[in-house]
Amino acid sequence: MDMLIIAERINSSRKWMARAMEARDAAFVQHEAGKQAGAGADYLDVNAGAFVGEELDCLKWVVRAVQEVTDSPLCIDSPDPAVIKGVLPLVNKPPLINSITLDPARLNGILPLVAEHGAKVIGLCQSEDKMAESIDDKLRLAGQLAENVTKAGIPLSDLYIHPLVYPLATHPPSAMVTLAAIDRIMHELKGVHTICGLTNVSYGLPERKLINRTFLVAAVARGLDAVILDPTDKALFGALKAGLAVAGKDEYCMDYIAAFREGRLA
Amino acid sequence: MSEMLQQIKDAVIARKRLEIQGLVQAALDEGMDPDTIIDKGLIAAMDVVGKKFSDSEIFVPEMLVSALTMKMGLDVVKPLLLKRGDSRSRGTIIMATVKGDIHDIGKNIVIMMLEGAGFQVVDLGVDLTVEKLVEQIETIGPHLLGLSALLTTTMPEMRRTIDVLREKGLKEKLKVMVGGAPVSASFAEEIGADGYGADAAEAVELARRLIGQAPG
Repeated sequence: MDMLIIAERINSSRKWMARAMEARDAAFVQHEAGKQAGAGADYLDVNAGAFVGEELDCLKWVVRAVQEVTDSPLCIDSPDPAVIKGVLPLVNKPPLINSITLDPARLNGILPLVAEHGAKVIGLCQSEDKMAESIDDKLRLAGQLAENVTKAGIPLSDLYIHPLVYPLATHPPSAMVTLAAIDRIMHELKGVHTICGLTNVSYGLPERKLINRTFLVAAVARGLDAVILDPTDKALFGALKAGLAVAGKDEYCMDYIAAFREGRLA
Repeated sequence: MSEMLQQIKDAVIARKRLEIQGLVQAALDEGMDPDTIIDKGLIAAMDVVGKKFSDSEIFVPEMLVSALTMKMGLDVVKPLLLKRGDSRSRGTIIMATVKGDIHDIGKNIVIMMLEGAGFQVVDLGVDLTVEKLVEQIETIGPHLLGLSALLTTTMPEMRRTIDVLREKGLKEKLKVMVGGAPVSASFAEEIGADGYGADAAEAVELARRLIGQAPG
């Protein structure tokens, strides 16, 4: 299927997950890992960013715990090159690194590690001091990410460009700007992928999951080919499958039908 | 309260952007005091809006559009105040996101609500170095500094900022409030901030309290 699913639940910004990590409760983290892998995750995101000063130690523990119960490759989620470098030797399969920006410290610290380990990398459309807001800004920064990745000897097909999306509640045009940027990045930067998280867009609104699902379907229709989400959310997973069918990315709707037979659409 | 004042207040609460300026103008034409319009109409309305938001009765965009409506009403009154040589500011507040952090959505919501409460707010933007902040504090002389951080990784920068203000002898001259998703009241106390606001409405209450206490 042309859609890479990165499962988001093993993240220390979630209260229960942070508690489990703090208590080194392996069973809790492993249960989440197994559940998400079983729900169709291609990569399991692992984040211990809430543990300032102890992020590396905690993330090492998480990586070991998760790999004990699943073969799924990991998505190493940290802005800190030292943390990524420290965790990489423990990782069994080539991971996805989440993430670089155009901040030179992150580019220079992380891209050599990506190249060395045959990893894939998520690049945010964000410079040192600014997150891209307009379509042109997003496209320009995407181009610079591609250049830097190429310079580091990493194939463009290993780059997942994250165009960023702002809350509709505070930035009314933001979703449409991001959708247009996805379309243009996929057409103008041949070979790269686009990825997005879904929770920002719905900040400050009621029934956030409904907005998240709707945005996902629209993004898939514009060419998004990777997504960070909770694969155990049935309604969201169903929307993704339906969106791929509508976007013509699921020939004869075979995946959609299979998901229906597995009882996973709603 | 006069019916006109009530209409102004209701219009802000109900986000009637098309009606607010006509209502405020009509009140002025009737000879109503600009101060009364601002205090009992516009600001009083935003207090209700802030409370509704804190109580989860309304959502972020509803609060923003109310703030926008309030500002449109204020625009009608302001020229009269300027003519009187009265800025009517409740105090000056500097707002910024600390160095290393470029998130500004929460900060901008807080700024809108502070302005809605009648404060003069200077927005120093995101990723603000301590050096630049010190320079601006010395130039502007604010009553209150509001610092925002969205990342756990930039919370230590809040501590550093307050430490530097203390070293430079600036901490005694102003109050500091902090906020942002990972920040808590206990963290605020630990780093020596004067207060923590969990949301925009709390930030307004806090600012009123702290500026009431501020020297000068």
